[in-house]
Amino acid sequence: MKNEDFLRLVVVGHVDHGKSTLLGRLLSDTGSLPDGKLESVKAYCKSNSRPFEYAFLLDALKNEQAQGITIDAARIHFQTKKRDYLIIDAPGHIEFLKNMITGASRAESAILLIDAKEGVMENSKRHGYLLSMLGIKQILVCINKMDLVDHSEKRYEEVKQEYSNFLKEIGIKPKGFIPISAFEGDNIAEKSKKMDWYKGTTVLDFLDSFEKSKASFEKPFRMPLQDIYKFTDKGDDRRVFAGKIETGKINVGDEIVFLPSNKTSKIKTIESFNTPVMDSALSGESIGFTLEEQIYVKRGEVICKKTEKMCQSSSLIKANIFWMSHSPLTKDKTYYLKVGTDKVKMRLRSIERIIDATSLDSNNKEQVERHDVAECILELNDPLAFDLAKDIEELGRFVIVDEYLISGGGIITANMDKRASKIQKQLLLREEKWEKSSVTFEERSVRFAQKPCMVLITGEKEYDKKPLGKMVERELFDHGRNVYYVGMSNIVSGLNIDIKKNSSEHVRRLGEIANLMIKSGTLIIATASDLTYEDIQMLKMIVGEDEIKVIKISSENGASDLLLKPDMDMKENTIAILEYLRDERIIFLP
Amino acid sequence: MDRLDQLEAQAIYILREAYANFDNLAMLWSIGKDSTVLLWLARKAFFGHVPITLAHIDTHYKIPEMIEYRDNLARKWNLNMVYGENTDALNDKQTFPDGNVDRIQCCRNLKTEALKNTLSGAWKRYRMNHETGKYDVDNNKEPYTGVIVGLRADEEGSRSKERYFSPRNKENDWNLDDQPPELWNQFNTDFAPGTHIRIHPILDWTELDIWKYIERENIPTVSLYYDQGEGRRYRSLGCYPCTTPVESTAKNVAEIIAELESGKFSKIAERSGRAQDKDDGGGLETLRREGYM
Ligand SMILES: Nc1nc2c(ncn2[C@@H]2O[C@H](COP(=O)(O)OP(=O)(O)O)[C@@H](O)[C@H]2O)c(=O)[nH]1
Repeated sequence: MKNEDFLRLVVVGHVDHGKSTLLGRLLSDTGSLPDGKLESVKAYCKSNSRPFEYAFLLDALKNEQAQGITIDAARIHFQTKKRDYLIIDAPGHIEFLKNMITGASRAESAILLIDAKEGVMENSKRHGYLLSMLGIKQILVCINKMDLVDHSEKRYEEVKQEYSNFLKEIGIKPKGFIPISAFEGDNIAEKSKKMDWYKGTTVLDFLDSFEKSKASFEKPFRMPLQDIYKFTDKGDDRRVFAGKIETGKINVGDEIVFLPSNKTSKIKTIESFNTPVMDSALSGESIGFTLEEQIYVKRGEVICKKTEKMCQSSSLIKANIFWMSHSPLTKDKTYYLKVGTDKVKMRLRSIERIIDATSLDSNNKEQVERHDVAECILELNDPLAFDLAKDIEELGRFVIVDEYLISGGGIITANMDKRASKIQKQLLLREEKWEKSSVTFEERSVRFAQKPCMVLITGEKEYDKKPLGKMVERELFDHGRNVYYVGMSNIVSGLNIDIKKNSSEHVRRLGEIANLMIKSGTLIIATASDLTYEDIQMLKMIVGEDEIKVIKISSENGASDLLLKPDMDMKENTIAILEYLRDERIIFLP
Repeated sequence: MDRLDQLEAQAIYILREAYANFDNLAMLWSIGKDSTVLLWLARKAFFGHVPITLAHIDTHYKIPEMIEYRDNLARKWNLNMVYGENTDALNDKQTFPDGNVDRIQCCRNLKTEALKNTLSGAWKRYRMNHETGKYDVDNNKEPYTGVIVGLRADEEGSRSKERYFSPRNKENDWNLDDQPPELWNQFNTDFAPGTHIRIHPILDWTELDIWKYIERENIPTVSLYYDQGEGRRYRSLGCYPCTTPVESTAKNVAEIIAELESGKFSKIAERSGRAQDKDDGGGLETLRREGYM
């Protein structure tokens, strides 16, 4: 097997439209079958008076594979003049959609089959949609079984037209269409004499014109942080930031930014084991590096280069989702969304439309059911760093975890929080210009046995949160903590005297004040009613998602770190808050 | 990046995902070439360290050189080395070599059961004490919730249906057709209480990839894989009563690679020297379903 140039290919389509037949043909027409295999299967069929099917041939091959006979055929290979193809097994039955998607998500090219006689069916559409969502750009559509429609150009054009229209609606442009007969071998390896009207190339030549996935090192640098290693107990003092470079390249000396925290630093060394010393690394590599300046970031953040276009961060996104689980995606449940190496709590805010794979009609469902494709707005508990799938697909795709299992997948199509990108720009500048204190965060933490942060008490207006905030402040102070209660009115009539009443600028300034106070080592208790979801997310961006704990007092459920009931008395709620702060190690024993 | 580079980068990514997501993580080390490559990949992933427990199931019928090799590397690379065994079955002589059970039952006793109970912490584990170089009874009885296995899809049929991260229930069961999906590089890293996840970083590697990588990285392997002048070598290592060598004059890694590339074994299963495979109808499905690896 030629190592460098092999293309991963998946063959999809409605059941019985000819996937196995085409595969069998491709293998036999490229001479990729073991000697005598085809003949023996044909002979077997004859002696059992059954019509020969290429599917039997594939079964026979799989059987051998099951006994471990082929050494380099984990999956099925065939070879053309140009290169090797690795075929990814993708069962077409709707029950196996999970397996098809698993396989197809690792392919770089696809053939989609449509039966000329039967025409475009439900799974022809669904598979087309899924291929595009999975990021497969090189799609060849084969209109199969042309022999059953008398090799009619008219029928071919009909089916082609219908399917093109569908693809157009969902924004997909296939690389091409070819009329074939998989069974008879027309237009597979050789041009068919029965379809003179067709002027294009054969399937094999078409596949050879596909390109190996575009060098992703030409895109801006993206590396989701997988972990930070420090094996001091093994006598190693390096602090290594590890991950796999998704796109772009990086050099020693490059200035980098971690998103969504906006922390910046510079690459000091690139680390690896049992290789020559490296001073640069490219997309696809699993590497690690050390930094000039020690900063506190965590797994899940995305590393970008300061000189390039960076990712966005926001907690409100629009996405196209494909759902695979028996239990539907609903609005009253909390899920996890995973992008890159990040994992954030997620809720379904709204369903914009559900795309019926058969009719493309949108209908008004309240939930996304198994095998539905839907356009949705998702709310995240914390800011997430991502790209739109159309820009950098590696950072624009996600899975949704329900309970313990991956239940859906999708791509991000828009950032719905318009404020977020503006704030992000401001924060980048703030981080860049920030004068670092001569006293470290740790020193301050140790002195007061607390992790300075903002405890934001919010929720129903009817419940008076101020006395609660002050009671928590008093308790903490009496136990030797450095704590301060900030009410919104402290700011509104002072620092914010120049701002209109309902402006979100109030919240931004509250965030900046909190940030300064946290940096000074103070634990801040703040109370505010009427904060919108976007407001809280903005605060998280400004002070950092780890430096804020949201405590909600509400009779309804909702996104928060701690939910308290309004019918509890103040003393009980104070105790609950203090307990929570201890559990979260915001306050600890000296 | 060539094929080996890509396979390596992916395996490292998976190992790091495993390490980041599981507190109680163990890596099975059978001493064979695949799991030794895996161990090497862990050193790559963690910059020369192996912060993961290595678990070995000692059947007491391994070729003695294998155990010696295991302990030497464990000392040299400072590994968290743990082994477990089915003490009762060994004491009661419920083994094939003792003539009391058939091969399949012997595998079940000495491997499957030993593995299950070692991983769950139900049976004693022995941990290498790097000060004395000996094994002490391990105080840690926590079940391992993430188990890294050096399984390859091309080895035998049932294995080609695996995912990189395969959830298993309490009984070690898995339902081939109903595994959760795994998209792009997003894996199933969450698990319900009482269940665990099998992790397969080298699923996409072939036998040839393994040997090419051993050559490229210069990874130490047991000498049993090479012909010692008698025209025979082991292609797959197991217990000596049930493992037979293949005819081959390959004396080193380069010669093994040449041999594989020549297609000499292309019609012979890699594990054909392992007698239990045949007794289980070729596919090992029964044993695998029960948790065999
Ligand atoms: N007449 C004709 N029959 C075909 C052609 N391709 C496939 N078939 C038949 O269509 C049926 C389904 O094909 P198969 O490859 O098993 O479909 P799959 O379910 O997509 O894998 C089989 O009976 C095939 O022989 C073709 O080009 N012409």
